[in-house]
Amino acid sequence: MYDVIIVGAGPAGLTSAIYAVRAMKKVLVLEKLNYGGQIINTLNIENYPASPNVSGFDFATKLYNQAKDLGAIVKFENVIQIKNGNIKSVITSKNTYEAKSIILATGSQNRKLGLENEDNFSSKGVSYCATCDGAFYKGKDVAVVGGGNTALEDALYLADIAKNVYLIHRRDEFRGDAATFNNLKSKDNVKFIYNSNVTKLIGDDKLEAIEITNNDGNKENILVSGLFVAVGRIPLNDSFNELIKLDSAGYIKACEDCHTNIPGIFVAGDIRSKDVRQLVTAVSDGAVAATSAIKFINEK
Amino acid sequence: MEIVNVNKENFKEEVINSQIPVLADFNADWCGPCRMLRPVLDELASEHNDFKIVSINVDDEDELAREYFVSSIPCLVLFKNGEEVNRSVGLKPKDEIESMLGGN
Repeated sequence: MYDVIIVGAGPAGLTSAIYAVRAMKKVLVLEKLNYGGQIINTLNIENYPASPNVSGFDFATKLYNQAKDLGAIVKFENVIQIKNGNIKSVITSKNTYEAKSIILATGSQNRKLGLENEDNFSSKGVSYCATCDGAFYKGKDVAVVGGGNTALEDALYLADIAKNVYLIHRRDEFRGDAATFNNLKSKDNVKFIYNSNVTKLIGDDKLEAIEITNNDGNKENILVSGLFVAVGRIPLNDSFNELIKLDSAGYIKACEDCHTNIPGIFVAGDIRSKDVRQLVTAVSDGAVAATSAIKFINEK
Repeated sequence: MEIVNVNKENFKEEVINSQIPVLADFNADWCGPCRMLRPVLDELASEHNDFKIVSINVDDEDELAREYFVSSIPCLVLFKNGEEVNRSVGLKPKDEIESMLGGN
């Protein structure tokens, strides 16, 4: 029996592990894939206080080692179901674990466009991470689809690498940051395409063109070697979506103390319903959720 | 078997002409998920003799990356008798990579 089981070994989950083990609690972290979460895709973290230019990989590795060295147990198992009770159970694909409290830090993943041959073009022209794959498109024509900050930042990043960048958005204005948008407008090689969706991926061995359809139903093909998809993220809530109260988008509602609607189950990081999803807000959730979990155990 | 670094010069000898299946790991130093994947591949390489794993740095070997249409990394390409038979993109858990190797 563990005091705290943490689901997810990203920055939020590992930070909550550090706080819980330092309070002398017995802590298990369960992770389905890799420690570090999505921060490992960031080449250089530029906005983390007092640590300019640390790479996402180095940040994640230091955090992981710190949590383990302090005494947290980390197992790489996929959590399938969470069960409530006086003692809570966490069922993975291999085992069942019991705990007095749980912290959900499962995060989110990239939303796909949902086009029929999208997976076939993965690594052959369709990408979900401009900073990861942008370098493959030096001097080529690419498109970015999306309307939020990620789409704008991706387009800006690619504008310095690619020949032309087509930024495709289904509405007539962008939701993203005004400063980034103004910056983009000053780039001669960025073309804005409004009121349009990507409706087809065209190519044999690799992506050669995309079909876009505008709101009037008119179709057009654009020749591009790469398409960067930045149409938002989806919450990873499969293991608890019937147990925990979620908002309409599928994220967990919680107050300042990170407590969910179920006593003894807490939430931290991107899976929590909130406005600002940043590394610094993820780790801060981790500290708060662990402290609340410790309080819950001690008062019981 | 230890992971061999492969470039344009030894690609034919190490991959195309290999008697056993070859798992080619296309990667780069700046790619976080690639660095995360490497210890998993090292483990697999030390546990198996029925296939070999090679590492291809896409910055140094952009011709090989282009030839095999690699445009997202990490990208694992499985070769048998010199032909691509399977491919996996992105960071994957060890058992998924093993089943990709076993399933062919």
